[in-house]
Amino acid sequence: MDKIEVRDVTKIFGKNPKRGIELINQGLTKTEILEKTGMTVGVNKASFSIKDGEIFVIMGLSGSGKSTLVRLLNRLIEPTSGTVLIDGKDVTKLNKQELREVRRSKMSMVFQRFALFPHRTILANTEFGLEIQNVSKEVRRKKALEALELVGLKGYEEKKPGELSGGMQQRVGLARALANDADVLLMDEAFSALDPLIRKDMQDELLDLQSKMQKTIVFITHDLDEALRIGDRIVLMKDGSIVQVGTPEEILMNPANDYVEQFVEDVDVTKVFTAEHVMKRPETIEVSRGLRVAMKIMKDEGVSTVYAIDKNKRFLGILYGDDAAKAVEQGKSINDVIKPVESVTTDTYLIDMFETLSASPVPIPVIDDSGRLKGIVKRSAIIDVMADSSEVLNGEG
Amino acid sequence: MSDTYHHFIPKIEIGKWVQDVVQSFVDHTENFFTGLGNGINWFVQQLVDLFTWINPFVFIIIIAAIAFWRSGWGVALFSLIGLWLIFNLGYWADTMQTLGLILTAIIISIIIGIPFGIWIGLSDTAKNIITPILDFMQTMPAFVYLIPVLFLFGTGMAPGVVATVIFSMPPTIRMAGLGIRQVPEDLIEASEAFGSKTSQKLFKVQLPLALSTIMAGINQSIMLALSMVVIASLVAAPGLGAKVYLAVTQLRLDIGVESGLSIVIIAIVLDRITQNIRKQKKS
Ligand SMILES: Nc1ncnc2c1ncn2[C@@H]1O[C@H](COP(=O)(O)OP(=O)(O)O)[C@@H](O)[C@H]1O
Ligand SMILES: [Mg+2]
Repeated sequence: MDKIEVRDVTKIFGKNPKRGIELINQGLTKTEILEKTGMTVGVNKASFSIKDGEIFVIMGLSGSGKSTLVRLLNRLIEPTSGTVLIDGKDVTKLNKQELREVRRSKMSMVFQRFALFPHRTILANTEFGLEIQNVSKEVRRKKALEALELVGLKGYEEKKPGELSGGMQQRVGLARALANDADVLLMDEAFSALDPLIRKDMQDELLDLQSKMQKTIVFITHDLDEALRIGDRIVLMKDGSIVQVGTPEEILMNPANDYVEQFVEDVDVTKVFTAEHVMKRPETIEVSRGLRVAMKIMKDEGVSTVYAIDKNKRFLGILYGDDAAKAVEQGKSINDVIKPVESVTTDTYLIDMFETLSASPVPIPVIDDSGRLKGIVKRSAIIDVMADSSEVLNGEG
Repeated sequence: MSDTYHHFIPKIEIGKWVQDVVQSFVDHTENFFTGLGNGINWFVQQLVDLFTWINPFVFIIIIAAIAFWRSGWGVALFSLIGLWLIFNLGYWADTMQTLGLILTAIIISIIIGIPFGIWIGLSDTAKNIITPILDFMQTMPAFVYLIPVLFLFGTGMAPGVVATVIFSMPPTIRMAGLGIRQVPEDLIEASEAFGSKTSQKLFKVQLPLALSTIMAGINQSIMLALSMVVIASLVAAPGLGAKVYLAVTQLRLDIGVESGLSIVIIAIVLDRITQNIRKQKKS
């Protein structure tokens, strides 16, 4: 089931929102409505759904309605019309008490300017969400300490927010949201105020945390690179409307219209795509099956090399056809003729593999964290990506 | 000239109307205000009894210690010498009376003022209604309050306290409202996003963050209250103000200088002690 479903949600800021809705239905644009009535269309009939456990990125230029949209989910801003379903329940119909309950248990928020309470210690900030639920002191302390440890802030409990750097403050913001144990994290430009290097660290760390926790994350950014890096899916907004929803690949490869195309034009795909995106299936030989099987595979598939793996699919090295033939003659075992070759990991960016790739006589193996062979990357794959070919999409499977 | 004018357009009798209204108000509420006055008198008396019961030197050392805790050596030393001078000049009992009056007035100002301040901080309507009233309270010459207050409470300490409260309360209200309004929007938003009730938002976020501004308001109120002591003596409130009044009516420069000096010393000590709470919070 979808975790969050947004149907036809509209927000009009101004004196007579009902009239605004009428004008929207008549097909007037945001600018026309502003000129005519002085009202601002914050979000214009947005519809999309967010799957359980995905990182869903809302992306658009400043003023495109991202912050408004995310606040319509937990009703920090009241929608003018439309419905928001969370776990199938309509949030727009909740009374105050029920809404508080949803905010406490289902959705936590991380803010652009951190929004930490300056009069509270880091620990007390992290405990805040639990404290207002009247969770007992020991329990909330325990959970807050866990959350702080998770974001790498152990030992800073008694400091005040003002004593920490921006990056660390936002870790506290994240810990405060995590301590609540909500399923959904709403992150409004959570990393935009940080400088680029720290920002990248935080993105990596978020992905890392996400692989452990499987939250549903609604992440807002105005930075396409960030969106492409961390988003499982991305929605692009313009003037309050949704222009396109899709995976990073879909958006890059098939921009829905000129607006999106302009947006993605300047993206350096080699900084966005990783080995995982462009790798292909290799011909492999599990070493216990021996040299003769390896030679048969090469012959059948018409290739001159195979990639050797052990029973657990761990990558051992490469086997050349010539070497295999000689070894059979000389009665050597397969292990004697496997040659080492430089490999990359699944999350290596294309830009970081150029050298390895150009120095290697064969397609380079891609391995995961535990050394298992996941695929190979050919030189041509990168050229294909850069040439905007749809190769990437096909190559993924 | 004025007679001919009034022949055509009668004078608008604001003064008489107010007097009539106040008089009928007094007639209907006599018991209540007598009771209230007695309550105030009793409270001030408890404070004054306490202050005078403490040995003056012990008292001076306690104040100096508080001054040291709040501000440091300079103010502590000043308090020590200043208060000793007051004792030496023979104005100790009067000073204790004045302190009793001021403290009572400030406690009442806080009890009434903070809730009103919170209210104008949270509601624009309340702000639009109450702010002009505060302006009125502060610009109306303080002497004028004495008249209705005299009607209601007679003479003595109680009317002095009440007039002082009216005059000195506005900064407490204003600054409390300001402090609440100054709390950054994103912190309010954060507390709401985590599911705070209105009261939790107020007590866990807004009030703590407004605290330094509220303290600044209370500090201003204390200073205004001190500036009222001479006026309060016009309704026969005892204390240093009464001594200044005596000095003026009898042209006694010596008493005037000594009692005036005592007021200045008390003002500086109270100001520094209460002001520094604000600075400590900020750093
Ligand atoms: N409280 C508000 N009152 C009036 N207009 C608003 C308000 N909040 C946002 N807007 C307007 O709604 C539009 C979307 O704003 P916002 O959601 O903050 O955009 P973003 O987060 O993408 O920069 C903007 O035109 C903005 O001026
Ligand atoms: Mg925004």
